[in-house]
Formats: sequence, structure tokens, C-alpha cells
Amino acid sequence: MTAAEETPFRRFVSEFAASKVAVLGLAVFVVIVLAAIFANWIGPQNPYDLAQLDIMDGRLPPGSASGAGYTYWLGTDDQGRDMLSGMLFGLRISLAVGVGSAIFAACVGTTLGLLAAFFGRRVDTVIMRVVDLQLSFPSILVALMILAVLGKGVMNVVLALVIVEWAGYARNVRAIAMVERKREYIEAAMCLALPWRRIMFGHLLPNCLPPLIVIATQQVARAIALEATLSFLGLGVPITEPSLGLLIANGYQYMLSGKYWISFYPGLALLITIVSINLVGDHLRDVMNPRLKR
Amino acid sequence: MVRSQIAALGILCLSPVCAAGQTLTIASSAPVTSMDPHYHTLTPNESAHGHIFDRLVEQDASGHMIPGLAVSWTLRDEKTWEFHLREATFHDGTPFTAEDVAYTLARVPTVKNSPASFQIYTRAVVATEIVDPHTILLKTATPYPLLPQDLLQVFIIPHKLGPEPATEDFNSGKDTIGTGPFRFISYQPGNRIEMERYDGYWGAKPHWAHVSYRMISNDAARTASLLAGDVDIIEFVPPADLAKLLQDPKVRLSEVVSNRSIYLWLDHSHDGTMPEITGPNGETLPTNPLKDLRVRQALSLAINRAAIVERVMEGAAIPTKQYLPPGNSNHVDDLLPDPFQPERAKALLAEAGYPHGFRIVLHGPNDRYVNDAKIVQAVAQMWQRIGVQTTVDTMPWSSYATRAGKQEFAAFLLGWGVASGEGTNPLRAQIATWNPQRGLGTANRGRYSNPAVDTLLDQAMGTMDQQARNQIVLRTMKLAMDDVPVVMLHLQKNIWATRVGLTYAARVDEDTKATGVTETGR
Amino acid sequence: MFTWLVRRLFQASFVVLAMTLIVFIGVHVIGNPVDILISPEADQAERAKIIAEMGLDQPLWHQYLLFLNGAVHGDLGRSFVFNEPALRLIGQRMPATMELAVSAVLMAVCFGVPLGLYAGFRPNGIVGRVIMSGSILGFSLPTFWVGLMLIMVFAVQLGWLPSTGRGETAMLFGIRWSFLTWDGLRHMFLPALNLSLYNISLVLRLTRAGVREILPSDYIKFAHAKGLSPARVIFVHVLKNIMIPVVTVVGLELGSTIAFAVVTESVFAWPGMGKLIIDSINVLDRPVIVAYLMMIVLIFTTINLVVDVLYTMLDPRVRLENKA
Repeated sequence: MTAAEETPFRRFVSEFAASKVAVLGLAVFVVIVLAAIFANWIGPQNPYDLAQLDIMDGRLPPGSASGAGYTYWLGTDDQGRDMLSGMLFGLRISLAVGVGSAIFAACVGTTLGLLAAFFGRRVDTVIMRVVDLQLSFPSILVALMILAVLGKGVMNVVLALVIVEWAGYARNVRAIAMVERKREYIEAAMCLALPWRRIMFGHLLPNCLPPLIVIATQQVARAIALEATLSFLGLGVPITEPSLGLLIANGYQYMLSGKYWISFYPGLALLITIVSINLVGDHLRDVMNPRLKR
Repeated sequence: MVRSQIAALGILCLSPVCAAGQTLTIASSAPVTSMDPHYHTLTPNESAHGHIFDRLVEQDASGHMIPGLAVSWTLRDEKTWEFHLREATFHDGTPFTAEDVAYTLARVPTVKNSPASFQIYTRAVVATEIVDPHTILLKTATPYPLLPQDLLQVFIIPHKLGPEPATEDFNSGKDTIGTGPFRFISYQPGNRIEMERYDGYWGAKPHWAHVSYRMISNDAARTASLLAGDVDIIEFVPPADLAKLLQDPKVRLSEVVSNRSIYLWLDHSHDGTMPEITGPNGETLPTNPLKDLRVRQALSLAINRAAIVERVMEGAAIPTKQYLPPGNSNHVDDLLPDPFQPERAKALLAEAGYPHGFRIVLHGPNDRYVNDAKIVQAVAQMWQRIGVQTTVDTMPWSSYATRAGKQEFAAFLLGWGVASGEGTNPLRAQIATWNPQRGLGTANRGRYSNPAVDTLLDQAMGTMDQQARNQIVLRTMKLAMDDVPVVMLHLQKNIWATRVGLTYAARVDEDTKATGVTETGR
Repeated sequence: MFTWLVRRLFQASFVVLAMTLIVFIGVHVIGNPVDILISPEADQAERAKIIAEMGLDQPLWHQYLLFLNGAVHGDLGRSFVFNEPALRLIGQRMPATMELAVSAVLMAVCFGVPLGLYAGFRPNGIVGRVIMSGSILGFSLPTFWVGLMLIMVFAVQLGWLPSTGRGETAMLFGIRWSFLTWDGLRHMFLPALNLSLYNISLVLRLTRAGVREILPSDYIKFAHAKGLSPARVIFVHVLKNIMIPVVTVVGLELGSTIAFAVVTESVFAWPGMGKLIIDSINVLDRPVIVAYLMMIVLIFTTINLVVDVLYTMLDPRVRLENKA
């Protein structure tokens, strides 16, 4: 993996570009990320500033005019929050929570899973017991408890999700690595007495990557959905700074009464976001799988 | 608001519920935690128990006291009440006598592990004396005018259950024997209670042969189960669904203004600085602005109650400045809800020395009262507009209740339901100076204290004549509420929805009673 | 094998111990159950009496020791709210949750494996792509939202299925079950589907990924070359290898499905133990929370044991001795 690095990368790019659907997914995802980053400039309202909201504008259908002169293209929620602005800001929080927690959890979980599989014995026992301890708490319950103790807030939700998700990575990575380390190429690397870090991250990790990517894409989606569920149960991000999940949860009670937009549009945004992430992730997996390439 | 009586009553009932005959399926909004009628003072429990057990004194739909198992009650002297009992039989056939009353009053304080004992309703009685099987004397240590109101909460159980009947035996049905209109069949915790008509009931024969009492705490699921025809009546209709149900020809609504008020506590406990209140730029304030009446008035005048009622509560409330609704004998007629006057609010703030307002954190629960978190946000919007920079913090009741009780919050939302419909109840629990030894101000979480109110309240509690006492209560209420100890917001409405063909006599006390559901023809 | 089992059980009890300690401290930090349960009208004496009856007047470490002492004797304490032994309460609710979770997982395998096989063998066909896109929806939508949609469509609009509750139950082994009656099954379908959507997607994707990995491998090519029938190749050779990740995941997911039933149970008013635990957390009913978590740990430990054993049987390369 030194001088030859450029060629596989180019091949990777061209292979990835071969799927139009995946490229479209990537494009949509980039647009969504940009929209989230530039929410302040795109959205007509700052939905976090209570002084800009007017309860008399609450629950207006899409296309209504606001007291301040602009149009609520996607309607308003019960607090008179412009749904479009609310969604753009909410998207930012959901993405940060989902991606942030997935990355942290993957780093922690993968490292520990590899360590367990590679060293076995004591290390394995200790790590896997902690994993078991972790997995014996239902994820939703751990998150509930953590948030109840720490209080609400974006960082606390991320922390709770990392604590909830890392064990899943560790267990899966270890299961895969246990099989991999029995294979010849690892045995060969061991015979060469390469440093363990190099074997672990240079040889074992790349071969664990394809399934890891599947898990990670699911985990991003799952983290966003779990955050929504926590908000549904009253313990997510603060109610004055709603994520997409909280917007859906807030609109949920209006579904039966026909005010669909409060819940529907954030749901749609969530869906598009997750679908685009998954399209990219799916194709990445096909491209990166060394066994499929053979 | 019975606008839903669209002339669609001609629908033939084809659902299996109708076919099965007179079965009524009720969806309640909260789980019944026990079938022991003396275990936990919890409205959902009392609502269910009312089908099986009777009380000496009952409430009619509008909250007035009416005879229950007692036909009448009089004062023999200042400390002795005489109750005359009616002829009735328990579900197992034993006749109801004075001995059962004495037994019940003795049993209440002995219930094991009760998290919220009914003792608060029986503690006034220090001795009982059975005169004859249908006359009993209840004696109090001091003159206590509210004994009948307290007995509104106490269900009578038969003395043949023996010493210290266990809560489990009520849950299993072994001891679940009352004199009420329905007889216990089964109790599945968190799921349902099944009951059948008791033909030996002393009152009017119940229309329904069978009652299935389901517990569906999720609001949307409860509405959906009515729309799907799985249940006949739901209680606590979520405000969000009101507009839709009003237009639905298959559904009828009935409603009444309740005794449950929603208000904001303001902190009176801190004289000096308080971390939750700072100056307009975040600097520490030398004194607690909430101790200044003008500030409290400003915070109240800044709130557009009509908007909250219309927008947040969807009409399921009325603005108020007191604990009890119009029509109640303890409602003060000249105590009107504070008007929405943001300019005057700003002027009052400036007058009090806060021309640029201040910063405050407004707390609220998010799983306790109807739309609690939304109300808090709406109030924050309105406070923001008079220059009070408000941060909203909501949390589940489990953390909220403890923290609110420790005076950690500067401004926080709470609610209070007056089960007895009697005015000294909120005044004693909330407004009276905190004095746990005397049982006064036990729910005074803001630690408000006003000696003039305390004196008047003591006077009211020593006045046995109801008319005279009412006058004092009205004066006390007016004096207290004009001082803005709490910022009153609104009184909730109790709303039930039934399938078309049924009506429910909406009750002030929040109970859902099968006997209140009548068929109106199809 | 025996030492391995003993060691696992020993470790499981350590997990239980650590967890009870965490819960004790956690609940203590969150709030005081007395503040939530007691009537606000109670005076000092009544308050003190209730605190003493619940044992909350003792220092925390002493409460914990008392709990351990009780636990050793099979007593996990009484619910503060229901005044019934916590274990009995959970026992009453557990069958409802178990039958819901098991049917959800069964549903996931029944739908997920065939769909995944199809999508794996025909990755580029239209049906295969539709299946894969559908699976993305399966784990994208929040459970509570899908639950309400299901009620809206199938119960309210179409009126095909009941909206909430458990319906008729029948007794078997002294326990009430829904799956034994037609009405019970009808009540169970929507919540089970709601709970299984995520698992269907997961199983489907794992199956497809497995098929895609295995198809190009030498032994499948060899099996084809040997002239084995396609059906035999799929059901014996391909399926056997796919079953490893599927069994692992289904096993692990059964546990979290039981936990996630919390949301489904509250949307569908399904009287299971998930609903009990949410209610218990809301009122800080510590004995029930602790007992529930111990039960969950027990279930998880059992599941993990079974998964490990199955794992060994399916993949001879992994030996239990290495896993201890």
C-alpha cells in the first residue's frame, strides 16, 4: 500500500461512477449536506429564535402567507415555526447526530472488536464481557437512562448513541475478524513478524471493511431514527431546537386530524437523506469488496 | 359545543359490539395501578373503582355533592357529624351497615406500602360511633367543616374482609366486593378490567350488562381505536384530534370545564440572587425580580391566553385567574383572567427597575399535562416580546417533580385538579405558607407566603356554616390571586368522544362512568 | 464445554451485579419516586411514613445491600406503584411481549430470507432492485410513525384489522396467549409487523450480501460443476453459509426486539413488559426497573449462549474453546 495506491483509487472512482443510481445518491446527499450547512441563508426564518415565531401563525397549511410577509411554502407547525426553515435546521442536527455518533461508535467498536479477535484470551474475554454487559441493556433503555441523568442536548444524544452502538460494531467486527485471522494471508503476515498494529489495521481491518460499511450505513440511519424515537419519548434534543425526528414526533399527533404537513415533510426529508446515504453505502460495499473483485 | 350532532344518526349499527347486546367498551387514558380502592390516590384508579364501589357522598356530573351510601348528614355538634345510611347490599349479598363504614375508615391508614395514602381524606376523623345499623357518628378533633368533601374520595368496603385485607387480594378479585352498579370479573394490569352488571344495585339499574374498561394511554391510539370502532367511548380526547372528530359524523363529543387549572409557579423562595434569573446581558442580579408584584403582574399581562387556548389547546380550555370554574360556589366572579396587554407589561417592568427586562429559564414537564411543553414554548414567545429573554427547558415528570420540589426553578409550569371542587383545597395546599407539620402549603413549590391569606384561611377552616365559609373563601381567593402568587393560564376542559348513538354526561371530576353513557337511538 | 458454560454463567452473574448497581445509582440520580407518587396534599408525617415504608430513608448503600439480600432469596422487591412483587408483575406481562417479539422475528426470517435470496441471485433485475429499495425504507422510518400509519390505513381507513389492544386470549400452561385465538392473531398482526419491519430489512440485506459474496466463490462453482441441482446448491450450500450472519443477527436482534417492543407496545396499547418498563421509568419504580433489566440480561445471556452454540455448529472453523 505505498506507491501503488493511486491506481486502486482511480479504479475505485471509476467503478463507483459506473452506477448512475449511486452517483445520484451521492449528489443528493451532497445537496442535502450543503442545504444543512447553509440553512441560515436558505431558510426564511431562524426557527430557534422564539422571538421570530408567532403562535398565531401556528399550523398554517403550505403556501400560507406569514405575518412578516414571506410565504410558508411547507406550512407551519403548532408553534408557528416555518416548516422549511425548521427542516433545514433540523436536518443539520439530525445529520450531525447520526453521522457523528456512527463515526465515534465505529472507531471505538472496531478497534475494540479487532483487539479482541487479534489477541484473544484475556483481552477478548474482558472486551467481550463489556460488550455483553452493554448489549444486555436494551439500547433504547441505555439511551433513556443516560439522557435522564445527563439532561437533554445534542452532545448528550450523540454520547448516548455512541454508548448504545459501539458494542454492536465490536461484536460484529470480532465475529468477522475471528474467521479472517484464521486465513492464510494473516498467518503469512504473522510469520513475517509484522508489527501487530500493522497486521490489525493494515490487513485485518480492510478485510472487515465491507461488512462494516453495511453496518455503518445502517447505523447512521438507525441513529437518526433512534434519536427520533427518543424525542418521541420526550428525551431527545431540546424542544426549542428540533431535529427532523423531533419535528416528526411533534407532527405525529396531528396526523389523524389531517394536518399532514407537520409530520409528512420532515418524514420525507428524513427518508430522502437516509435513502441517499444507503444508496452510496450499498454501492461502496460492492465496489470495495475484495472478494467480489476477484 | 355539541356541533357534532350532524344529522347522521340514522346509521345502522352493524358492529359486533352492538350485536353482542349491551356491552360498553371504555378506553381510559391512564393505567389503573391497583384494584384496591384505598391504595393510591390516583384519578384513573378512582374512575375505575367508582364502577364497583360506592362512597358515602358522591358528586353529580357538575361536581355538586349528592347522597351516595349516606342518605343525609348533619352536624350534631361542632365536632360530631351524623351520617344516615341507605339500604344496600354488597355484591356477595351481605347488607351494607354502619359497621362497614367504621371498618373502612379504620382500614384506610393501614394499607401497606401505599405510595399516596387515602389517609389525607380520613385523618380528620378521630373516632367513630355506631348508633344503629344505619346511623354512624364521625368525630373530629377540632371543628372541621370539610368532612363530607373528604369522604367524596373514600370507597366503602365490607367489614367481612377481616383485618388488613391485602392489596393483592383486590387485584385478584377475591376482595373486590363493593355496593356499586358493576361487579368485578377480571383485572389485567395495564390492559383491561372486565365488569358485569350487579342486579342488586340500590340505584337505577345500569343499562349496560357488561363493561370492558381498557387502558390506552397513547393519545393517537385512543382516538384511532374509537374511529376503528373498537371502543365505544374514549376519555381525554387529545386536543389535536378535536377538529377532526367534530366533523366526523360517526363521533359525538361531550365536554365540560374542569377543576384542573394550569399555571406557572414563580419563585418566591430566593430573596437574593438566583442562578436562573440574570440581567439582560447575563449579569448577576442583586435581588429576585419575582418578589416584586409589578414584575409578576407584567409576566401575567404579557401572556395572550386567548391565543394559547385557541392555538395550543384547540379550544379545550378557558382562560382563568383562579382554581375553580364559573358555576362553582367558590368561583370569584370579579376575578377575571388577566388581559393581554404587552405595552402595560413593559411599562410595569420599567417601573420595577427592569427597563431592559431580564433573562429567565422557564421550565415545564413534557409528559404530564395536556400540551405542557407547547404551552411553555408559547409563553416563552410572549415573554420574549416584552423584553424578558426566556429560555425554555422541558423534561420528563420523573426528573421534573423532584427538581421543582427543591426550589431549583425560577418559573415553572404545573397543574392542580381540585377533586372535591372546594375552594380551600388549593388555597391550603398551594397558597398557604409552607408548613409541612400542619399539612399546609404542602404543594407550595414556589414558597409563596402571605400572612393575610393565612389568617383568612384559618378563619375559613374554623367556620362550620357553609354559607359563611364560602364568603370567607371567596375573599381569600381574591386577596391571594390579586397578588399573583402564580401566573394562572387556563382551566382545562374534560372532553369525551363516543360513537354516534351514545352520549356521555360530561363530568367535572374527570371520571368516566359507564352509568353516564346512554343510548340516544340510532 | 462444561467449564465454558460455567464460566459464561459466572460472567453473566457479574454482568447482572454490575447492572443492578448502575441502575440503583442511576435511578437515585434521576429523582425521588416519592415526589412523583405521593399526593401533594400529604403532610410531613404521611410523607415520612411512605418514605420509610419504601425503604428510601436508608442510605443508598444500605438499600442496595438490602436488595442484594432479598435477591439472593429470590425476592426482587415490591413495585412502589403496584404493591405487587416486581417479578410477578413482569411475569404477568412477559408472555405478551415474548409472543410479539418472537412473531416479529419469525416474520423477519420468513419475509427476509426469501426476499434476500431473490435479490441476491437477481441483483440487477427490477424486482431485485425494488426489494432492495424497499428494505431501505424498512429501517429508515421511525417505528412509532410507521405504527400510526399502519393503524391509520388498516384499522381506521380499511377497517380490516383491530387498532389496538391484545384481543381475546386463551390459556395454555396457565398463561394467557393471543396466538391461540383468531381474534388474538388479528390483534397481533399489525404490532408484530410494525416491530419486524426493521428486522425484515436487516435479514434481507444480510441474506443478499451473503449470496453476493458466496456465489463467486470456488466451492459454489465446484458444486455447480459437479452437476448438483440449482435447488440443492441454493438450499444446502448457499443457505448454510448465509445462515451464520443471519443466525447471529436474528439472535442478537431478538433481544433488542424485546427491548424495542417498548415503542410498538405504547403505540398499539399492547400490554407487554416494554410498556410496563416505560411507565416504571416515568415514575421511577426502581424495583420493577431492576427486575426488568435482570430479566433482560437473563434473556440476552441465554440468547448469546444459543447463538454461540449454533455458530459453532454452522461454522466448524470457530471453536467454543477460542471463545471462552
